[in-house]
Amino acid sequence: MTTRHELPAPAPIVAPHSADFWAATAQERFLVGHCPACDQWFWPPTRSFCPRCAGPASLREPSGTGTVYSYTIVRASGAIALGGGPYQDAVPYVLAYVELTEGPTVLTNIVGVDPEDVTISLAVRVVFARTGGPQDPALPRFQPA
Amino acid sequence: MGGRAYIAGAFEHPGRYLPEASLAQLHSEVVLGALLDAGLTLADVDGFLSTPDAPGFGVITLADYLGLDRLTFTDTTETGGSAYVAHVGHAAMAIEVGLCSVVLITMAGKFSSGLPMPSGYLDAPELSFEIPFGTSLVPEYALAARRHMFEFGTTAEQLAEIKVAASMSARHNPNAVLRKVVTVEQVLDSPLIADPLHKLDCCINTDGGGALVVVSEDVARSLDRHCVAIRGHATAIKGSFGGRTDLTYTAAVHSGARAYGMAGVGPEDIDYAGLYDSFTITVLEQLEDLGFCEKGKGGSFVESGALRSPDGSLPTNSDGGGLCNNHPGARGGMPKLIEAVRQLRGEATPEVQVRDCEIALVNGIGGSLGTRMGSGTVVLGREAI
Repeated sequence: MTTRHELPAPAPIVAPHSADFWAATAQERFLVGHCPACDQWFWPPTRSFCPRCAGPASLREPSGTGTVYSYTIVRASGAIALGGGPYQDAVPYVLAYVELTEGPTVLTNIVGVDPEDVTISLAVRVVFARTGGPQDPALPRFQPA
Repeated sequence: MGGRAYIAGAFEHPGRYLPEASLAQLHSEVVLGALLDAGLTLADVDGFLSTPDAPGFGVITLADYLGLDRLTFTDTTETGGSAYVAHVGHAAMAIEVGLCSVVLITMAGKFSSGLPMPSGYLDAPELSFEIPFGTSLVPEYALAARRHMFEFGTTAEQLAEIKVAASMSARHNPNAVLRKVVTVEQVLDSPLIADPLHKLDCCINTDGGGALVVVSEDVARSLDRHCVAIRGHATAIKGSFGGRTDLTYTAAVHSGARAYGMAGVGPEDIDYAGLYDSFTITVLEQLEDLGFCEKGKGGSFVESGALRSPDGSLPTNSDGGGLCNNHPGARGGMPKLIEAVRQLRGEATPEVQVRDCEIALVNGIGGSLGTRMGSGTVVLGREAI
């Protein structure tokens, strides 16, 4: 099986708790929540507080690398019950959790590889899929490192 | 105070496809059915629980519609399909402290109307970090199944056995949607939806509903009906809590342990289990989390035929469950409770009735195994008062 198409890149809902993250993606910068006191990284990057110590947290740029924690090849468009409209014609595609080198897991897509060749523990790095023009958010996806 | 609480009435809507009925009508049908089963009337009801997907404004509309004019306790805890299991515990607590003595718990859903999502759903902070990547329920449960396979060697054949056991029970349930026994091969030959999950690893989706009547010890004593004791109950929520994802266990690890503790029993004491079966993997992880087998050994446990009713080592979902019987409104907790009540009363279909069924456990999982979930556990006892 080969990827015959570009995956759709629907625009995310940008809310006050995620505006800074998405603004950075427009410049192809991938940021993750970080607590300097705990030296812990958090995902999703929606909090100005640390969910462990309740101290202030901020966005920080990680290495952008990680490994596949789990994945699935979505094969039937009927599986897409919630908000997956743009993906109706995109099957088969890979939905995955990537465990970042810094720790947290990110729900994403694995691209740039035959879906059948994706494995747990595969080393990956972040790439960006534009949802519109150069000022618009870009979706962080991962491809083999 | 009210003492121990009992389930005095239970009613499951026999319909599975009900396009002509409104949600309010379905609620009224199951409520009246459960009250009739208990030998009580609407005028006896002083506690009322449902989920916020009930028609109207919380439970206000339904209370008004049903004519419940003497309510002293209401609750709309929303933890998806596990909510009704949580409601049983909340009803028991309210009765125990004397707030009320006859509590209705009602559920109705129409899958044909779409998934009932809470009104705040679209404001969820994680939403734009999940939906734009084409996620949905089946793929998320598939992520859990894949990781479980990776860590513990669980196989697709083992998951399929969970569907096989459900289908063997469903053949005896005249209301079940899927009444034909399926084989492991048939499950594996069904289309992959999001691998490793096949179509037959997924529950069915139906219309329908059900209701329960929970009463105080005094009321239970006055009724000419076998009342089932609520011996233990607990709820838990599990998420990634900032990105610490572990898809190999559910929140039942926590709710189960606490419910066992309250009931003073352990997994070895359970004669019948009602386990949430949105997907085969949901059942497998709950079996491990509730202590019916070691973590990672769920595959070999189900492979032994343990789940088959009535003679497996842990007869489970003897009505055919969500995998074969019904999953009204994509919320499966209520039918699990009702079948457990049938088993404890000795009123299950004879072909699947567990002999000497003394203690039953029901566990609900609402939300998603792949992201965040609510779990509710209750332990029920047959003992007469």
